[in-house]
Amino acid sequence: MTRFSLGKYLLPTYVALTFLFLMIPIGYTFVFSFNDSIKSNIIWRGFTFDNWLDVCSQAEVCTAFSNSILIAVSATAVSTVLGTMIAIALVRYRFKFRSATNLLLFLPLATPEVVMGAGLAAQFLDFGWPKGLPTVIIAHVMFTLSFVVVTVKARVATLDPALEEAGRDLYANPAQVFMKVTLPLLLPGILAAAMLAFALSFDDFIITQFNSGAVDTFPKFVYTAAARGIPPEANVIGSFVFIVAIAIVITVQVRASLKRKKLAK
Amino acid sequence: MATDFVAQGQDLELLGIRKEFPGFVAVDDLDLKIPAGEFFALLGPSGCGKTTTLRMIAGLESPSAGKILLGGKDVTNTKPHERPVNTVFQNYALFPHMSVIENVAFGLRQRKVSEPLVQAKQALAMVELEHLGERKPQQLSGGQQQRVALARAMVNRPSLLLLDEPLGALDLKLRRQMQIELKAIQMEVGLTFLHVTHDQEEAMDMADTVAVMNQGHIEQMGAPEALYDRPKTAFVAKFLGQSNIFVGDVIDSGEVVSISYNQTKLSALQKRCEKTSGKVAFGVRPEKVEFHEEMPSESSGRNILGPGQITDIRFTGVSNQYQIEIPGVGEITVFAQNIGRSPVVELGATVWVSWKVEHSFGLSDLPTGTEIEE
Amino acid sequence: MAFVALGQSAPQKQQGPVKTGRIALVLLTPGLAYLGLFFITPLISLITTSLKAPSDSGLIGRYDFAFELGNYAFAIGQYAPQIFRSFTYALIATVVALLISYPIAYFIGVKARGKPLLQGLLLTLVIAPFFISFLLRTFAWKQIFSNDSFVVNFLKNIGIFGPDANIIGTDFAVVFGLVYNFIPFMTLPIYASLDRLDIRLVEAGGDLYANPATTFWKITFPLSLPGVISGTLLTFIPISGDYVVASRDFLGSSSTAMIGNVVETNFLRIQDYPTASALSVMLMATIVVMVSAYVRRSGTDDLL
Repeated sequence: MTRFSLGKYLLPTYVALTFLFLMIPIGYTFVFSFNDSIKSNIIWRGFTFDNWLDVCSQAEVCTAFSNSILIAVSATAVSTVLGTMIAIALVRYRFKFRSATNLLLFLPLATPEVVMGAGLAAQFLDFGWPKGLPTVIIAHVMFTLSFVVVTVKARVATLDPALEEAGRDLYANPAQVFMKVTLPLLLPGILAAAMLAFALSFDDFIITQFNSGAVDTFPKFVYTAAARGIPPEANVIGSFVFIVAIAIVITVQVRASLKRKKLAK
Repeated sequence: MATDFVAQGQDLELLGIRKEFPGFVAVDDLDLKIPAGEFFALLGPSGCGKTTTLRMIAGLESPSAGKILLGGKDVTNTKPHERPVNTVFQNYALFPHMSVIENVAFGLRQRKVSEPLVQAKQALAMVELEHLGERKPQQLSGGQQQRVALARAMVNRPSLLLLDEPLGALDLKLRRQMQIELKAIQMEVGLTFLHVTHDQEEAMDMADTVAVMNQGHIEQMGAPEALYDRPKTAFVAKFLGQSNIFVGDVIDSGEVVSISYNQTKLSALQKRCEKTSGKVAFGVRPEKVEFHEEMPSESSGRNILGPGQITDIRFTGVSNQYQIEIPGVGEITVFAQNIGRSPVVELGATVWVSWKVEHSFGLSDLPTGTEIEE
Repeated sequence: MAFVALGQSAPQKQQGPVKTGRIALVLLTPGLAYLGLFFITPLISLITTSLKAPSDSGLIGRYDFAFELGNYAFAIGQYAPQIFRSFTYALIATVVALLISYPIAYFIGVKARGKPLLQGLLLTLVIAPFFISFLLRTFAWKQIFSNDSFVVNFLKNIGIFGPDANIIGTDFAVVFGLVYNFIPFMTLPIYASLDRLDIRLVEAGGDLYANPATTFWKITFPLSLPGVISGTLLTFIPISGDYVVASRDFLGSSSTAMIGNVVETNFLRIQDYPTASALSVMLMATIVVMVSAYVRRSGTDDLL
């Protein structure tokens, strides 16, 4: 009897402790975003809102952050469009070189970032292209594309082809079928893919470091600053992004569960 | 009201339609004419090519050869959205991201019909769902979704309405109820219906004309009663209801054709025979066969087999099904209605069977599995 | 998340009309051409760069193609410890991450089944670390384990650590940081596999007189193997190329440098592109061998 109840509580306890462990650095970053630090943000010197209220007192942090947003938005837009097209083709069409296509899409997922970063940098050197904003965006589209394909493909696979046929049957031409039937039904998958691409691009450091030249991004700023101590403003930005992302995830989940309940009625 | 709401149907004509897929022929030189306003059923087992035929008429597949004429106009090379044809899909294919009323109005909006919502409401009223217009399709029951799919197709007043196993997803009781409703709606609106199904009861129950399809071609076409009474091929004889089939060489042909079946002479009327020489298969429906506890007297216009033993009795409510094993002849199925006219027999009893010569039918081919000795 | 999708087998084959031809070409060409130009040709650039020799001009950072295989010999001779260390770290961290992650994935996928709210909450917690820059998380560990931190002082006070002992800069700290960063990558694919596990199979195991442990090893674990393999690849590959955790500014020191650190230094700091490229090519070759073993097992349709 005791053995049974031990087994019953062991796993939940373990899971709870592991989650606690996962949250430690997040909590640390959040707490130290309120540190009233003077030079480095290592020792706790007291609570203040100043870092949150005046993030751009560290101009570099703000520039890096806005660069990261700009890069992530541009890369997401391009890779979502290209990736969605590929995903539709993979599920809906038969074509030659299918295995080669699958392999080409899988390889970026299986390549260490340092290899992709160094390879692209070597190519830019060969081409004589100066590194800057355009080269970072090119790099980010490249490594997010396959993630978009995987995410959208899962959604396309659940889409009943008869729905598009019903659209054609009901007097919609191919373009109208795409706009009124296919696209709205794929939208949740496309949005999820775009969010993932944005998150990957925003958080990327290694590929960015090899291809950005003098352009600073938020992760790059943190990496460089790590040698002398990261300013609390960086913690503010990190915490802020975390809160926004978690809020989005929770909203999506709550909405989905409300929808389930409504349908159940 | 409903009649001025929907336009009249049009003739559909298929000329030498053929569809090849890599490795097999799905539809093989099919000719078919469906007159305007008819309820036509295409009946066959799965894989016989009936759904492919329907998809070609809808424009969702293009034929490898042949022509499709609608009201005399060649529509073979037009796109689905350019054809005045609408489909009720197998699993309804209702758009999950639109409300019921928007589903029904979809085709009207595409054709830029004025006041699409008003017409869509009328169509929903016809299937008695006007109160559910704002719901999403997922919130409806299977039977309700089926009606929405019907309304969505009919509201466009198509020259031809295609129904692809529309009742296949419903349970038996609901299916029978929807059969009646569907037939009633068709009679009311006077549209041409082409109904594809593998359920012979459904086809016979609803259709004016049934075409039985097998392996890409039409085996036989006609009114349900005619098909049942005089099947022309072994496939039809077995697919539509049950049949006892006997194969033998023709020994006599005149107004009455006779074959020798294991030394017994079996006869049929010549006008009910497809073939009158060589090896021929005769059939008879089980309910046309009677059995006797004593050997019946010869002649008197009856075919007689026996004696044999009753090997199985099944009670099915209105009738009993008997299996009778006759040595040297084989197994015969007999249906007898439980109205007290047939003798009461027990398992193992010795009986003779007989049926009227005019109830025999002669087939054009032999059942599969018959060896052809030449 | 893509990692979840990656753990799943191919979606069901599509029925209905199979179209081919021009539309597929139009849909595929832009994306595949993009990958050709910015993924495949860079790999070729990497190979050609790895065979270059210093240019005659003698300028730093100028190289000409020379089919200089000696770069590889130099890279191996110079950086053998870092190469060996990378794969050792990656192997240990992957195994530890698997041991930590499997029970979590099992709990979310099997025990929390039928409770969508709990499942949603737990999955959110698993991916929560993704939402805060991994550099900040790694740096937080550096602060927590720094020499005068609470943790280190505590260990010194209770006598586990000597007065001069430290955590940062050790093999342990680097492997610890790697494991921490990649737990979600391991958990999600295993969860995806376990979530699709038909619980009746486990019940059938019990019904057929297998005890819980036997049922787990004979039924549950084999059925979750695709997720375990995906998770292993998704963990091992990025770790073997990582250089942030092992950097001396984060959890490492000069004695914990991995391939990534060497590539970074050679490429971005001392501009020795050929050596950096040769190291990258060798890393890539190792990964390709690993992955092709996986592809041969499962076919290309299961890749995505």
